[in-house]
Amino acid sequence: MTICLLAVCFACSAVLATVYAVTLKPIQAAAAEKTVSAIRAVVPSFRGEPVKGSIRYDGKNIGYYALEVTDSTRAYAIESQVTSGFNGVLSIMVGITPEGTISGTSALVCSETPGLGAKCTEEAFYRQFVGFDPSRKVLKVRKDGGDVDAITAATITSRAYCDALTQAIDVFHIINRGGQDNE
Amino acid sequence: MNKFSIFTKGLIKENPTFVLLLGMCPTLATTTSALNGMSMGLATLFVLVLSNMAISAVAPYVPDKVRIPAYIVVIATFVTVLEFMMKAFTPAVYDTLGLFIPLIVVNCIVLGRAEAFASKNPVLDSALDGLGIGLGFTLSLTVLGLVRELLGSLSAFGLKIIPGDGILAFVLAPGAFIILGYLMVVFNKIFKK
Repeated sequence: MTICLLAVCFACSAVLATVYAVTLKPIQAAAAEKTVSAIRAVVPSFRGEPVKGSIRYDGKNIGYYALEVTDSTRAYAIESQVTSGFNGVLSIMVGITPEGTISGTSALVCSETPGLGAKCTEEAFYRQFVGFDPSRKVLKVRKDGGDVDAITAATITSRAYCDALTQAIDVFHIINRGGQDNE
Repeated sequence: MNKFSIFTKGLIKENPTFVLLLGMCPTLATTTSALNGMSMGLATLFVLVLSNMAISAVAPYVPDKVRIPAYIVVIATFVTVLEFMMKAFTPAVYDTLGLFIPLIVVNCIVLGRAEAFASKNPVLDSALDGLGIGLGFTLSLTVLGLVRELLGSLSAFGLKIIPGDGILAFVLAPGAFIILGYLMVVFNKIFKK
């Protein structure tokens, strides 16, 4: 009985190990491809390879990519994650220019309601953030006194989206300050 | 039972969704569009055929007492294989189905066929049984997804048919129950004598 179960488990592990070895490279390639295309979607022009980094913010680790625009200036693509979405986690890649303006946003993980909150992945919604300057406009939905057009019937998602962007901008300023401290 | 009827019974007489009412969790959750339903059906089909074959091959050597754990290990292996392959070669599909792929392990259709059919029948018959049941499941999910997509977002297989917004409720969970109920009525009206 034991031997039989052992044999079954052994055979299955062997199969899994083989498939894992074969698919490991394509899986990593697909993940990398996804990251690069997500960065390209939010920061249209940069030179060279994205440099990965991460920073502690509000008790969690926020990942970001530093992107060289000119020799002395860096744009950032920040993976901002909030848990205040309607269905929990909402993760957004936020592109920020060296001047601190948002150059684009794209949802990486979105489990919002299809047809309602999930509209945050549609251009009609995220288009408004291209060129959004947080020093002149308020990153809140209009209902809360801000300058962001919320998705109809999905205020919670829209608020979470704004939270994620606000967080990304905070992180951007921390990175910039940190950079100056080191010099 | 001849080979052909082993294959066809899964499509109509023992259709897993509309007749046996098995695997309701992925049925209701993944059929928000025709394509999602179809991908889920095909994923289950893949696991069903392979696990049915493997189980029918090892069944004579597995003692009764450890039957279920052994079958679950075999099924879980094929599901994980499927997960790896989807992540590697169809990442977009994997993103939409995500959570529901690992859940195929506990889909009662798969274990049900292993217990009820594969453990007592030869390898070829089991493969045909898996193929039939799997296709039955795929077709049901595609139809269910198609109807929900048509009513909910006025499109079919991702193509917009009529401009404008559909009836949102059909994309959400309550719509799944309603459509499933009506489709079962229609299906049983046509095929049940």
